[in-house]
Amino acid sequence: MPLIKIRDLHFYRGDRAIFNGVDIDIDRGKVTAIMGPSGTGKTTLLRLIGGQLRPDQGYIEIDGQNVHKLSRSKLYELRKRMGMLFQSGALLTDLNVFDNVAFPLREHTKLPEPLIRDLVLMKLQAVGLRNARKLSPSELSGGMARRVALARAVALDPMMIMYDEPFTGQDPISMGTLVNLIRRINDAMGLTSIVVSHDVAEASQIADEIYLLSGGKVIEKGTPEELKKSSSQWVRQFMDGLPDGPVPFHYPGSEFDVDLLQSEHES
Amino acid sequence: MIGFIRSLGRWGLGTLERLGRGHIFLMHTLAGLPGLFLRPALVIQQLFSLGVLSVLIVLISGLFVGMVLGLQGYNTLVDFGAEESLGVLVSLSLVRELGPVVTALLFAGRAGSALTAEVGLMKSTEQLSGMEMMAVDPVRRVIAPRFLAGFISMPLLAAMFSAIGVIGAFIVGHGLLGVDEGAFWSQMQTKTDWYGDVMNGVIKSIVFGFVVTWIALYEGYDATPTSEGVGRATTRTVVHSAFAILGLDFVLTALMFGDI
Ligand SMILES: Nc1ncnc2c1ncn2[C@@H]1O[C@H](COP(=O)(O)OP(=O)(O)O)[C@@H](O)[C@H]1O
Ligand SMILES: [Mg+2]
Repeated sequence: MPLIKIRDLHFYRGDRAIFNGVDIDIDRGKVTAIMGPSGTGKTTLLRLIGGQLRPDQGYIEIDGQNVHKLSRSKLYELRKRMGMLFQSGALLTDLNVFDNVAFPLREHTKLPEPLIRDLVLMKLQAVGLRNARKLSPSELSGGMARRVALARAVALDPMMIMYDEPFTGQDPISMGTLVNLIRRINDAMGLTSIVVSHDVAEASQIADEIYLLSGGKVIEKGTPEELKKSSSQWVRQFMDGLPDGPVPFHYPGSEFDVDLLQSEHES
Repeated sequence: MIGFIRSLGRWGLGTLERLGRGHIFLMHTLAGLPGLFLRPALVIQQLFSLGVLSVLIVLISGLFVGMVLGLQGYNTLVDFGAEESLGVLVSLSLVRELGPVVTALLFAGRAGSALTAEVGLMKSTEQLSGMEMMAVDPVRRVIAPRFLAGFISMPLLAAMFSAIGVIGAFIVGHGLLGVDEGAFWSQMQTKTDWYGDVMNGVIKSIVFGFVVTWIALYEGYDATPTSEGVGRATTRTVVHSAFAILGLDFVLTALMFGDI
């Protein structure tokens, strides 16, 4: 049985359908990548899974529980077993690195301070930032901030972890570090990982399974090898990074020559 | 014309909705207060940044307001040969009106705007969302301690304002203008009523503290999560707080002293 089961998911922003009947299975112990162009609703999907947004139709089950039917306290219990890495890192700016990682432990456990210290140091050691523990978030580079956020996300030993665009805006070295970390932490801690991304190369490097989203639907799913072999034009355009194809380069509207001729009479 | 009515309607509905959400937010915040007894450190930290850091501006302003009151009051009273009553005039003005009102305006500018900016920025950098995903309720963890700290700080700051204002008036009245020291203090003591004047001033400052802190926190929590949105929310905090303080001051004064 998959850890997360999404069925017939519909979600609207105003009149616009962000999701229009999406089915996704996230298998236990695997790294699943969810890919699609910017603005397809990848972040929205993570927020739906985390219970911060409600679907307009369909359901999301995590470990057999329907996320949006849970009471508030049950939902909070569930969230303790989910880690999430925001695009920005979302570190608490008034706490230093150590206290950021200690935050979930102090909020949710009654562990004595020496034990918390050991746990935090272990998590920071895993992401290579044990010696950066006194720094404040504003002193960290983007890649370091994400690693701290990762240490914090696994502080409570969750069953799963969601990454929102972990590779965006990273230099090649921190990119490589993050790719390794995500895989290593997933396997070492026996987690289930969901990686949302539009970076084809990195995502296909770590993912066991990939879902391609576009226009509110799952366009294709499969292992990275399967997708590389896919003959669908859409998949080809996305995987090969072609500028024009089924996803047009131009924002839809009138034709260029028509606009040029009409420029005097702009309404 | 129809368009105008329609936009008026939309504006009205929008305002009502915001008011409604503001009250739900307040209920949620109040529900978070009991939990703070277990974690006083959170409140103490906020008492420092809201209260202690506002002390200097409140003391300086209070001193000057008191000195001006001393000068102006003396000039008027001396025409009637009643300059001995300067102490009463000053203490009643400060305790009943200027202490709570001016302190609340200063508090909105100094602490309220900072609260809005802080909470708004926490929202726009996804710190509040991040807490929710860590199963920590941001209203209980972030908002409630700030609310309680603002609520406690305001009356204390207003008391300091009034106290230093009286001292300022005394410096000017006795030191500069030669009002008799004994008359200044004894008239003040006999004519300033503990319940009628002091307590009513305290009630005012508690009400203002409640309202200003609520407005500031809600504006931050409800801000559009962009730098422009946070900027606008900060402005709104100061403007709405000022209106609320002055409007409520009239209502409270009418109820307490108006014999209406
Ligand atoms: N708070 C919001 N209000 C209205 N529309 C939003 C909001 N957040 C996101 N959207 C819209 O939803 C769509 C999906 O957003 P998002 O999930 O952030 O996309 P992605 O993460 O795939 O880039 C976008 O087109 C965005 O404009
Ligand atoms: Mg996104």
